[in-house]
Amino acid sequence: MTVKLPLQPDVLASLRAGQQVLLSGSVFTARDVAHARLAERLAQTPGHLPFGLAGQALLYAGPTPPSPGRPAGSIGPTTASRMDEFTPGLFAAGITAAIGKGPRSPGVRDACAKFGAVYFAAVGGAAALLGTKVVSATPVAYEDLGTEAIVRLELVDFPAVVAIDSLGGDLYASAVADWATEVGEVSS
Amino acid sequence: MFLETKRIAEAVHDAIIAASAELRHDVLAALQRAAESERFPRGRWALEQLLQNAEIAVADRVPLCQDTGSVWVWVELGEKTCLTEPLKPAIDAAVATAYREGRLRMSVVRDALFDRANTSDNTPALLDVTLRPGEGATVHVMLKGGGSDNASALKMLAPTAGLDGVREAVLDAVRATARSACPPLFVGVGVGGGFDQAAKLSKQALLRPIGQDCADPERTAFEELLLREINATGIGPAGLGGDTTALAVHVKTAPCHIASLPVAINMGCYAIRSASVCLSQ
Repeated sequence: MTVKLPLQPDVLASLRAGQQVLLSGSVFTARDVAHARLAERLAQTPGHLPFGLAGQALLYAGPTPPSPGRPAGSIGPTTASRMDEFTPGLFAAGITAAIGKGPRSPGVRDACAKFGAVYFAAVGGAAALLGTKVVSATPVAYEDLGTEAIVRLELVDFPAVVAIDSLGGDLYASAVADWATEVGEVSS
Repeated sequence: MFLETKRIAEAVHDAIIAASAELRHDVLAALQRAAESERFPRGRWALEQLLQNAEIAVADRVPLCQDTGSVWVWVELGEKTCLTEPLKPAIDAAVATAYREGRLRMSVVRDALFDRANTSDNTPALLDVTLRPGEGATVHVMLKGGGSDNASALKMLAPTAGLDGVREAVLDAVRATARSACPPLFVGVGVGGGFDQAAKLSKQALLRPIGQDCADPERTAFEELLLREINATGIGPAGLGGDTTALAVHVKTAPCHIASLPVAINMGCYAIRSASVCLSQ
């Protein structure tokens, strides 16, 4: 199922953990240092997200330099848990979705439910494939950070799965049980 | 008995360019076997993306992963061999050139704690030099991603903990961190030496090709047991559930102190990028 970014409220509310999606539209890359800087900005001007980020989705990623003839290099999700401490504050300020890899803290799960946000997981290490889903890249902020800068990307059919939905449903919490049920194993 | 330093530097350069875009043949074969045997649809969904990714990376000569790693270089130098020029600057120059030419990501900062500015050329490499009998050199190069390295662990067990203790330490580490380490994993386990050597052993264990006989039935049986138990967790490809949590587990051991049983677990992501080259004189 194709999902447009930034998420419209009705679409966001209808997504459920475990749904496989193809994401199309705009996302903003942000990883560790960009998160720390955004948190600083929010501390100075509470509730006001800079750089037109209100309502937008963040992609936790630092790409390789663009390949010849392409807008982007290889780009895949980085470990999302490193952003956990900043995520509730960003959701509170108006970020509506995040894309990364790996499980999140209970605090992030609660923030998804409280502020109506979604966490998508993409397959870690599939960056050559995911890079072909980027059709344009525009630098936005923190260019001094190199690969860690905030860059606006336009995606077409970027494969992901809903990992935490806006009710707090968490795919990582159920994945092993889902597998055990499907294949008839007793998980250890 | 001289070996030109530039031959080692060239080997490092070429290994970086090749490994960043092309999976090791043993790793690709293991991934293909996993995709055929994986029973869980979401696990197959992830494995198919990884196989498609490997094809695109080779066809388009682009990096397999955006995290093109920091570079570990291990030179096993023949005891009878003299190098013609200083080694470390030659290797760092090769790394800088390869990362620029290969359009790879610069992922190294100047100092872990006091100066986290990017060095902008992915140097310095993490360099180990050891001696081995004979002439020439064996050069091992590995590009290790941060996400999987962060998932690694080291424990100092009591010597009486034995095989069971090691097994538990490995499974604990996998349960705690595997989902963020880009599974299916290639787990390197280093046992023995001391605190520091166990970690080196665990990384060296990842250099042995998957499926290559380690010529030790007891070790092979233990590696197979660990692999079965890791896969029985159901964590699965991308941590989204499945039969394939790891592609392989390799165990490397060494002598150690009577009071100690150091265990290091090096989480390798599905795309262990390494090459080993033998240089004769």
